[in-house]
Amino acid sequence: MTEKLHAYVDQIRARNEAWATNVVDALGEVTIEVSRDSIYEVCQFLRDEAGFDMLADLCGADNGPEEDPRFVINYHLLGTGHKDRLRLQVLVAEDDAHVPTVSSLWSTANWHERETWDMFGVVFDGHPDLRRILLPSDFDGHALRKDYPLRGYEPYSLN
Amino acid sequence: MGVVVDTPAIGSEVRDQPLESEMTLSMGPQHPSTHGVLRLDLRLDGELVINAIPDIGYLHTGMEKLFEYKKYQQGIVITDRMDYLNPLGNNLAYVMAAEKLLGIEIPERALTIRVLFCELQRIASHLVWLGTHCLDIGAMSVFFYCFRQREKILNLIEAASGGRMTPSYFRIGGLMMDLPAGFERRCKQFLDDFPEALDTFDTLVTGNTLWQARTKGIGLISREDAIDWGLTGPCLRGSGVDLDLRRDNPYAGYETYDFNVCVETDGDVWARYLVRMREMAESWKIVRQALERLKPGPIKADAPKVVLPDRDDMRKHMDSLIHHFLIVAEGFDIPAGEVYLPIEASKGELGCYMRANGSAKPDRVHFRGPSFVNLQALPVMSEGEMVADVVAIIGSLDIVLGEIDR
Repeated sequence: MTEKLHAYVDQIRARNEAWATNVVDALGEVTIEVSRDSIYEVCQFLRDEAGFDMLADLCGADNGPEEDPRFVINYHLLGTGHKDRLRLQVLVAEDDAHVPTVSSLWSTANWHERETWDMFGVVFDGHPDLRRILLPSDFDGHALRKDYPLRGYEPYSLN
Repeated sequence: MGVVVDTPAIGSEVRDQPLESEMTLSMGPQHPSTHGVLRLDLRLDGELVINAIPDIGYLHTGMEKLFEYKKYQQGIVITDRMDYLNPLGNNLAYVMAAEKLLGIEIPERALTIRVLFCELQRIASHLVWLGTHCLDIGAMSVFFYCFRQREKILNLIEAASGGRMTPSYFRIGGLMMDLPAGFERRCKQFLDDFPEALDTFDTLVTGNTLWQARTKGIGLISREDAIDWGLTGPCLRGSGVDLDLRRDNPYAGYETYDFNVCVETDGDVWARYLVRMREMAESWKIVRQALERLKPGPIKADAPKVVLPDRDDMRKHMDSLIHHFLIVAEGFDIPAGEVYLPIEASKGELGCYMRANGSAKPDRVHFRGPSFVNLQALPVMSEGEMVADVVAIIGSLDIVLGEIDR
């Protein structure tokens, strides 16, 4: 079932051997680990030459404060023509949580990246409008980090 | 209302003579036609919209954080409250993600019932859209006709699950319980009545010249822009992209049902209206097929460590009692892994990204809400339109703030 998806991996590797640092094939989904420096180029290549014209979703995940690299950024790509899906993954460390933005490739990435910044504190370099989106602008901390307590540090007041 | 037909002429007159100063108007968050607590920063040149910037987050309740603190089966209840007009669709995305990680097979009858309810729910969701969309634009009576039909669907959902708006009917491994006695008859009664109601909506709205004047050519978005902004569902199909996950990425046995995917090419409010109206008829077709297919059989998967045993079994078998106790007290572990499970909800692609770490609670659950993504394209659609048309465009996007803010 995933042979078709592996063809895209081969396509990426044929273009640049260093782009796909690790490939995981599990549960019928193919995940390509991409280094932070090449994520923009890989996305551009997949969009323009492999038919992945839509960014279905972009979301972060936290491995926990002890882990290094701590944060995972998932890019779920979809081709509206061939209807295939790929997941790209970028791992970033906590003390250098920066990823180049892909909002210039897909406008839809704008809000997804704002949400990821809001919840995890990962900075998307080059983003046109990196503000908090769901949490209030004066909110302290990043709520979806594993070390952020469920009920917050103190009762939040809107005043 | 007579001037409405002349709107394009008035618009062009205003466009030719821009005012010297801009005005910023805050619309919402309590504005009735923003469908919840949405605030728009409108930059206006008189009556003309230069830019409309959505401001969201007023309804944020930290659901994605909460998932990480709840056992897998407890998370289903949270999903009900996201898109509260399509709770069964949210249930489905969540339970299917967990089932995919567990690798369990769902029996035929449970799958058929899931499809049946998802399509009933889609009709109900579209009925709320139609009613409120018409209300926004100024046609009041349609709202009451729509809600009368929606009430019948909610009664069906209540009969099966006990809840109208928050059913939590789909469970990991199957369903909460089997359909009650007489459900088929009640459902068939609804199906027999519904085409006539659909005709009523059609007569009330589609041919109405005022309606067409308010919707045709308003809120345009091109095919390329729609893909670039990640639109899905009726908004994408209204811009001429033939993409429906029920057909292109089938799940829950949708590939075995006979239905058409409705596509319009104009990309305006009118096109999105037509797509949703036709989709209701297609959903009606799917519900009918599902109802014909219903055969007696198990509604839960054969996975005793995941699925709650029947009450009757618990009285007779010791191991059932133990399993019940363990599932309720400690939950069940899901092996480490990650999935992204997209389904075609009533508003578009609802994706559930779930990452498991081998324990009874998920490591990360993220919902890609179609309303969240579709709303983002509002500035593109409303640029250069009149303020009153922004209301029509919001209606045509069919957003639910519960899902946007999560």
